[in-house]
Amino acid sequence: MITMTGRAIRRWWPLFVFPTLAAFLMGFIVPLIAGIYLSFTKFTTITDAVWVGFDNYRRAFQDNEFAHAFIYTVEFTIVTTILINVAAFFVAYMFTKAMAGAKLFRSIFFMPNLIGGIVLGYIWQLLLNGVLAHWNISLTYNSKLGFWGMVILVCWQQIGYMMVIYIAGLQNVPNDLIEAAEVDGASPRQVLFNITLPMMMPSITVCSFLTVTNGFKMFDQNLALTNGAPSNTSELLALNIYRTFYSRPGFEGVGQAKAVVFLILVSIIAILQNWLTTSKETQA
Amino acid sequence: MKRYGSWTKALGIACVLALSVGTLGACGSSSSSKDDANGRVYYLNKKAEEQKSWVKLGQEFQKETGIPVQIQTGGQDYDSTLKSEMAKKQAPTMFQADGPSFMNGWADYAIDMSGSEIYKQLNANTKNKALKNSQGKPIAIPYAVESYGIIYNKTLLKKYFDSSWSTVKSIDNLNNFKALKTVVEEIQAHKDDMGVKGAFASAGMDTTSAFRYDYHMATLPVFYEAEKEHKDITKTPSSLKGTYVDNMKNIYDLYIKDATVAPSAISGKTIDDSSAEFATGQSVFYQNGVWSYSQIKGQTVQDSDMGVLPIYMGIPGEENHGLTQVISNYWCINSKVSKKDQEVTQKFLKWLITSDKSRTVISKDMGLVTPFKTFDDAKYQTTNPLVLDNLAYQKAGKKDTVLVPDPSHQWEDDLKAALLNYAQGSGNWDAVKKVYTENWAKEYKLTYNN
Repeated sequence: MITMTGRAIRRWWPLFVFPTLAAFLMGFIVPLIAGIYLSFTKFTTITDAVWVGFDNYRRAFQDNEFAHAFIYTVEFTIVTTILINVAAFFVAYMFTKAMAGAKLFRSIFFMPNLIGGIVLGYIWQLLLNGVLAHWNISLTYNSKLGFWGMVILVCWQQIGYMMVIYIAGLQNVPNDLIEAAEVDGASPRQVLFNITLPMMMPSITVCSFLTVTNGFKMFDQNLALTNGAPSNTSELLALNIYRTFYSRPGFEGVGQAKAVVFLILVSIIAILQNWLTTSKETQA
Repeated sequence: MKRYGSWTKALGIACVLALSVGTLGACGSSSSSKDDANGRVYYLNKKAEEQKSWVKLGQEFQKETGIPVQIQTGGQDYDSTLKSEMAKKQAPTMFQADGPSFMNGWADYAIDMSGSEIYKQLNANTKNKALKNSQGKPIAIPYAVESYGIIYNKTLLKKYFDSSWSTVKSIDNLNNFKALKTVVEEIQAHKDDMGVKGAFASAGMDTTSAFRYDYHMATLPVFYEAEKEHKDITKTPSSLKGTYVDNMKNIYDLYIKDATVAPSAISGKTIDDSSAEFATGQSVFYQNGVWSYSQIKGQTVQDSDMGVLPIYMGIPGEENHGLTQVISNYWCINSKVSKKDQEVTQKFLKWLITSDKSRTVISKDMGLVTPFKTFDDAKYQTTNPLVLDNLAYQKAGKKDTVLVPDPSHQWEDDLKAALLNYAQGSGNWDAVKKVYTENWAKEYKLTYNN
């Protein structure tokens, strides 16, 4: 039997779908296809593209700085994914236990997320350079300082956000399951590793997916904090692509080719990671 | 059961249309076609610090002629703004170029200016400096000539000359690298007696400030080599021997060692830091151009205290040279806009260099030294003391050194990296030399044989 609401939806669905679909097409699908096409052309502005085949891809792979940025990004993503998730889980675990002022602390931890990446980058640049000035150096002294500067910034920004997801996950673990385990004589550690964590795999999937993709995609914090200095050694992939596109006339296509490679890479890694953590999810 | 009346349906359709038109409309342009018939001027301005004055001039022109003028600034991201603006239907009708390597990528977008009034009004010295396309036609017209060197504080330097411990006793003797080195090192050693933090303001190597070294300082060895080899100094040489690169080390060593901050800190120091240090009397010397006057004036250092020396680095014959002249501001008209738009933009350019109002704004408010004959009248001369110093060198018969165009911004970036590594001790001077010669040739090939 079709309900009244069902009938209304059947009749009126274009009203709801069309605006979003149009926006999705224009904002996502069209640029995606145009971007892939442009990666095979030489152009100054996107209206005067000339087909050059795989030339841009060849030049992209010959670029040592692209390779460096890739490795640097992978390292960065591994470090931030581990740190953010462990810390966020720890904070969430702490705040779901009975504790005075937990709600206030939750809000405070979440707040860094409300500040834009560029602003955060400049604020942290001031803070970190202020500390480093003690040794007469700055964040851009070498790529290692830049790396850890970005790690600190991103952790500060994202731990609160992931914490919220973990809190939701923790609250969904059935209490009777934990009580049953405790009655059976399980230690708090055994409860955490054998009951809570397996039950929380959906939250872990979401959080690790977000942190992995955020790590790979990171751009504005990198731009504001180090801008790749010194000598483009603290440059993440997204910034490298941006610089390739704009730094030298004639390299727009190469930047575009790098962007396509980037898209494929991030998609593969995200799918792999998602499959890996989803396969560990259990039902109560 | 008829629950939804035809009026609700009509309302629904209207909503869909309104929403989709709203979204689609955002992609298009808001300009009406009526403007196209009469022509329009759209100037994409690179110099954000002059934006206010340009907008003022645009409004004035619009008031006088009725031609709509839009002035937008590209700011720090000029190159990227230009790229996206040029792809639009209502593209800029005029834009700015900063030199040959930039123009190389945009040559197809600039019309032949040989018949234009601004080209005709260029003075004899500058006419050959207009950038040309492959057919030899002028496509980018320089509109400001600037100069740079080592700016110094006259009062502080006098304090040094009068000291019992100083070796050099007069500014007249400070006309070569040896004397400069002596002065700088003595001031640095006696910085507390002098009441300064260092001889030189910090050599900021932050990405937005390094141009003073990877572009301005770096051009001197190129200029002297090109001059010696009888190469054309208006064109980018295809390769360099690096004859005078070691001389550059002389001056760079002074910049980083005898300064207000330690060499390890310069990667994070900006040009604003060094301008501030000089403007508040914390340093005696500061390498920069006449354009920095607007940032120095009105602070501790008075107009009468500002002087400027050529950048001495120990190259034979340098004492006969004055300041380095640089042209990095050119006007181009977009060849892809309608003929009518090009025509009115020409009219706007002509107005800029002939109307009394515009000439006053350009020479007084912006403080630009323009290469047009229409600015010869004393009324349109600047009062910038650094510009006046430059003129004094020229009057005294000193030859100008000239900024020779380099192959690409990438070359500057590579040099910046090598210079910074050398300063921080993580690289040596040979790496700088290598960038000078090998990377120059490589970049030349990439830029011009692409």
